[in-house]
Parts: sequence; C-alpha cells; structure tokens
Amino acid sequence: MADDAILEGEFFMNGDEACAEGAIAAGCRFFAGYPITPATEVAERMSRRLPQVGGVYIQMEDELASMNAVLGASWAGVKAMTSTSGPGFSLMMENLGLGAMLETPCVLVNIQRAGPSTGLPTLVGQGDMMQARWGTHGLYELISLVPSSPQEIYDLSVTAFNLSERYRVPVLIMSDEVVGHMSEKVVMRRVPPEDIVERRRPTKPPGEYWPYEPDDDLVPPMAIAGQGYRFHVTGLTHDERGYPVMTAEAQDVLARRLVDKIRVNRSDIIMLEEVDTEDADVIVCAYGITSRVARRAVRQARDGGIRAGLVKMITVWPFPEDRIRELASQARAFVVPEINYGQVVLEVERCAAGKARAVLVPHMGGGVHRPETVLDAIRGAVL
Amino acid sequence: MTTAVTTEKHPYDPYLRVDRMPHIWCAGCGVGPAVGCFIKAIERSGVNPDRIALISGIGCAGRAAGYVRLDSFHTTHGRALPFATGLKLGNPELNVVIFSGDGDLAAIGGNHLIHAARRNIDMTVICINNFNYGMTGGQLGPTTPLEARSSTSPYGNFDPPFNLPHLVAACGATYVSRWTVIHLRQLERSIAEAMVKPGFSFIEVLAPCPTVYGRMNKLGQGTDELHTYQSRCVVQNGADPKDAEIGLSGTIIVGKFVDTERPTFWDHCMKVFKKAQKK
Amino acid sequence: MKLWRKPFDHEAKAVRPSKVVINRERCKGCEYCVEFCPTGALVMSDEMNAKGYLLPKVADEEKCLGCGLCEVICPDFGIFVIPQDGSRTT
Repeated sequence: MADDAILEGEFFMNGDEACAEGAIAAGCRFFAGYPITPATEVAERMSRRLPQVGGVYIQMEDELASMNAVLGASWAGVKAMTSTSGPGFSLMMENLGLGAMLETPCVLVNIQRAGPSTGLPTLVGQGDMMQARWGTHGLYELISLVPSSPQEIYDLSVTAFNLSERYRVPVLIMSDEVVGHMSEKVVMRRVPPEDIVERRRPTKPPGEYWPYEPDDDLVPPMAIAGQGYRFHVTGLTHDERGYPVMTAEAQDVLARRLVDKIRVNRSDIIMLEEVDTEDADVIVCAYGITSRVARRAVRQARDGGIRAGLVKMITVWPFPEDRIRELASQARAFVVPEINYGQVVLEVERCAAGKARAVLVPHMGGGVHRPETVLDAIRGAVL
Repeated sequence: MTTAVTTEKHPYDPYLRVDRMPHIWCAGCGVGPAVGCFIKAIERSGVNPDRIALISGIGCAGRAAGYVRLDSFHTTHGRALPFATGLKLGNPELNVVIFSGDGDLAAIGGNHLIHAARRNIDMTVICINNFNYGMTGGQLGPTTPLEARSSTSPYGNFDPPFNLPHLVAACGATYVSRWTVIHLRQLERSIAEAMVKPGFSFIEVLAPCPTVYGRMNKLGQGTDELHTYQSRCVVQNGADPKDAEIGLSGTIIVGKFVDTERPTFWDHCMKVFKKAQKK
Repeated sequence: MKLWRKPFDHEAKAVRPSKVVINRERCKGCEYCVEFCPTGALVMSDEMNAKGYLLPKVADEEKCLGCGLCEVICPDFGIFVIPQDGSRTT
C-alpha cells in the first residue's frame, strides 16, 4: 500500500534526503526538477521514493520547465515541489513570479552554494537571501524558511507545504550546501491528518465562483482544473474574476493583496528561536548553518562574561521586523554573521533604525565561519 | 432578412466568455476562426468540456485562453508546454490542449516543444502560425520566411525559419498536421481527431495577420491573404514533413502528415512505477 | 435542383432556408463572411457599429443555403445562421 511507504522512526541521512522525506510526509506527490549540485540528492531521493508512495517524478529539460511543471501539477490539485541551487534558482525566477501571481501553493528548495554564476558548485554559500525576497520582478511577498540541520529541514518541509497551502503562495526553503550534505540523525514521524493543511476549496458552485475573490484573511479559495469550475487565471494583472484588467486601479487592489496576505498574517508565519536574549547587550542574528556556529560563539561569550544572545531566524521572509525593532531598544548591537557580503544584515540595520548598531561578519563562501570569528565580533560590539 | 440584434445567442456562446466579448483580436485576425474551429472540435470529439484544460502562452494566440469558457491558464512566454505537462501528470484524466503561437512555441518555447514531443505526452498543441510576433508589433519570429519584412527585419529576413511539422515529427510527435484558417472543416476535424488520440498531437494553423505581417509584406487585406492560401495550398495527406517548408511564395503543403502510434509518457511511467510499488 | 441520382447524404446536406443573425457589437467589418459566402448572399452595408466598423447585410435571403460558412469563418463570432426548420447546420 502506497501510504505504508512513508517512513517513520530514526534515520541517519543528509539534509537533501531529509528534505525529500519531509515533503513526502507532508503529502507532496509531484516533483519536477533538474540535477544541480548540491541539490541533486533531493531529486534522486524523490525519484526513488515518489513512485513508492504513488506520486510522480519527472526530470524536466531545464529549471524553467521544472518550475512550470510544479505550478501545473499544483493546479491539478497535487502538492508539488522542486529543488535547485543558485544558477537554477535564477532560471526559476520568472515563473516563481507566475506562481506568486496565480497564487499557486508549491515549494521550491534552494540548497545554496557560493556564487555568483557557476561559483563553487560543491561548497556552501548564503548569497541568495535577498534574491529569495526580490529575485522575481514586480510586487509580491513570498515566505522563506531556513533550516540548520537535516532534522530541521525535514520538519520545515512539512511546515513549508502547510504554509503554501494555507496562504496560496510559493514557499522557499533556503537551505545551504552544508546542511544539505551533512548527515545527522533524523527522527521521522507520521504527520497526523489534522496537522496537514490543505488549500481552501471553493464554497460557491461553478457559475458563482470567481478564482480571486478573497476571504477575510485575504486568501481566495482555490479551485483546481477538471472539476467544472471553468475558471480562467492569468499572469496578467487581473480582477477577482481572474480576467485581465489593464488599469492602475486593478493593479493597486491586486498587488496590495498579494503582499498584504503575507504581511497581515505574519504572526502566524514568522518563526524565531531565541537563546539568552532577555538581558542581552549584544544579539547575534543568524540563520542556516551559520546559526549553529553562532550558538557556540554566544555560549563562549557568555562564559567570558559578555551578555550575548542569539536570534536564530527560521523564517527570514517575511522578515521578523517587529522582534528586531523591539530588541533594538534593548541591545547595544546586533552581530550578523552570514556567508555573503551583507544581505540579511541590511534588514537588521533597517529595523534597528539607528537604535543599535548592526555589525556584519561576512564570509564570501566556500566554508563556514569559525566560532572565534563571531566571538571576536561580539567582543568588538560591546566595546 | 438580416437581423442585426444581439438577443439571439451565437451557437458558440456556451464555450465563450461572453462577458468579455468583443475580443481584442484585429479585424480579419486568423486566431478567431481557429478558436471557432476548436470550439466546434470539442463538440465533434465528444470530450467532456469540464475535463478540458486549455493552456496558452503569450501573444495574440495566447489570448485565446481568456476567451473560452473552460478551465484555462494564461501562462508565461514559452512555458505553456511544461505547465501543461505538470497539469497532465497531476491529473491524467484531464484533456490538455495548448493554444499558442509560432514565437511562443518555437522560439522561447522551443526547448519545451522538442521535449514534450520526445516524451509523447498526451496533449494537443494548436500552433497558430502567423509568421511573426503580432502582439508586440510584427517582429520576426522562428517561422518568418526568408526575405520577408518585419519590424526587426526592415531589409528582409535573413534568419532561416523552422519547418515546424518536420521539427515536431522528428522529435517524436505521433500526430502532425498543418491547415490554414480557410481550411475550416479540415481544421475542425483535425483538432477533434487530435484531442481524442493519445500522445503528442501538433496542429500547425497558418493564419493571416493583416495588421502587421500582412501589411508589411504587402499581402493585401485579410481576404486577400485567405485567397492566397487557397491558391498556394495543396492538400497532401501523408506527405513527408521535411518537404513542408514555407517560403514567401510557392506551394504550401497542408494536410495530415503524421498519424502513428507510440507509447505515451504515461505508459512508460506506469510500467516502471509498477516495479517500484512491487518492492 | 434536379438530380438523376440521389447522393447518400442528400438529406444531411440539403439546402435549408435560414435566417442570418449579425451581432453588431462583435463585428469588426473584416468582410470574410461577404467574401467567402458561396452564393454571394451577403454584402457590405453602409451601416456602422459603435466602434466604427462597417457591418455586412444579407443582400438576398433566397440565396442563403444555410451552409454556415459565415458562422465558422467569422473571427469575431459575430454572425450565424438559424435554419427555419430548426435544425443545426454546422
């Protein structure tokens, strides 16, 4: 029986594989992808496991086709996913925008590597974080989740599908090569049906249903193809009927709702883990593999008498503005280690609004920070 | 006696989004009659309209998705085919039809075209070929004949065009035909045939574009373009697609070129997936 | 028409007197119906719709066979025939 093939128990596997398993546990039954280091193992695992659970795996001719096939499968009513890294992420951008515009639930996994361009295919980077927010053109807001371990990527894969179905939005899992390729214990549990979110179905019958008439939470119920609703959806700016409308008024209504449906619901979406922040003078903001390095550095700082704390960002987009603003009144400085030349630090600095300094600890990619480097920055921040 | 009233419903109205009529296509545009043939083909084929998903790309032909009353998707430029692939694999019961243009399918979408044909995915592609990019003002495209004028080939086109039936047949499509919009009855029958036939079906529809391509190449009014199709076209069912090139003048071969059987993508997929489930 | 042999489909393809209906809002005056009507039953009129397109009109309803070619060739779904005997032509 296909469902019996969902794994339960304790396993030892890498982040890519755990991501695939998390997706299957969440109900993903369609994967369309293209091989790219360091995300290939997600596709390989899906090619092996999806047929076992009654799903479909297809290897498309390129990343553009992969993103579109994922959207199509979602509109057929199937939870769908793709995985890639930097160069493929760039190729998927236009149609990620189509996903945002059509309000299509789906998950896109980016196992980040150092860039730009071909960069370091087998080595870590975190240089796509701003691209995750702004990479496709125009006005929209997407959700980005950042795991820091194979266990976490498994759990966040389930969360990602749930959020995408709940808010009818593509959700990005912005992982990195170290998390993707490290092997650790992963505890897999059968997710009970009440913890799996399915997209809201239409309550109005065909003839009265319009595809973009939102409910009070700004999310419209979603019909799928083949059930007689005879809906039309388009990437052009459209009204509630789904028909293209070329006016500034229609653009105002639509673009605002696409962004607001995430912003208004952000307390439901944003996840942070805080360590020792209650009395912290210096707060380290980190995400992904860097948060694990930061954890040690914060502990070492505390041992050395510095009141340091850690905000581990699990949700990077929408950015946890409210909490950072709060902490800016309390702390003297934020230390932001990231494997890039300054991306998320710009958001921290913006939210700190001059009340606290934002100190970037960059690493261009190809490796992770040493705890000492972050500790030095923490020490420097209290001077 | 002529009645110029609108209280009588046009027989195609059940398949049209009448709240969006009149449509944006130019006077004499070839896309309109092609859509009409498609609508009649739905009835002729007996396919349940609720199970049809119409996907289009960007361009004049791509606007068709917005005017037919079916589950329809107006996607990004060139990407109708992979979107349709996802839809079909997500729900194999859907009857998937792609309605798009020569530039959308063969230039930016060229890679997807050859792979979808190679896979023999069960879908029907209606390619409206008006020899240029009409929506954006008449630029040359992958099917513009040599020496033809366009807004980006003011001295004449020097970019050799595709022979689409040859391309698609070579990639593995199991049904390939070419008609023009003046071959109304044959086109309707061809679309109906293709819709019920499993596998990748490709129908090239030569269409007049009096506003840009026709005007720039001094082809006259839309009626003149259609008369020219009548005189230049020769019906040769079973012709070898490699002989079906189109120049600025000379014979145009139309007809049903390929109608063969080959396992579809889903056939291959299911055969292999059974192995996975046995374990 | 006097036939010395009846074609098998002579009833299906019978000539049917029909009413021609033109949708003045949809018509764009492209003249396809006029040009390709096999009997020349349609001509262009001097009447213009709200968008400024000249409309066709039936010159001689006796000539209309009810073949429905105008209906299928019209790019705008703007003209169709209603056979007087209630059948559907196309």
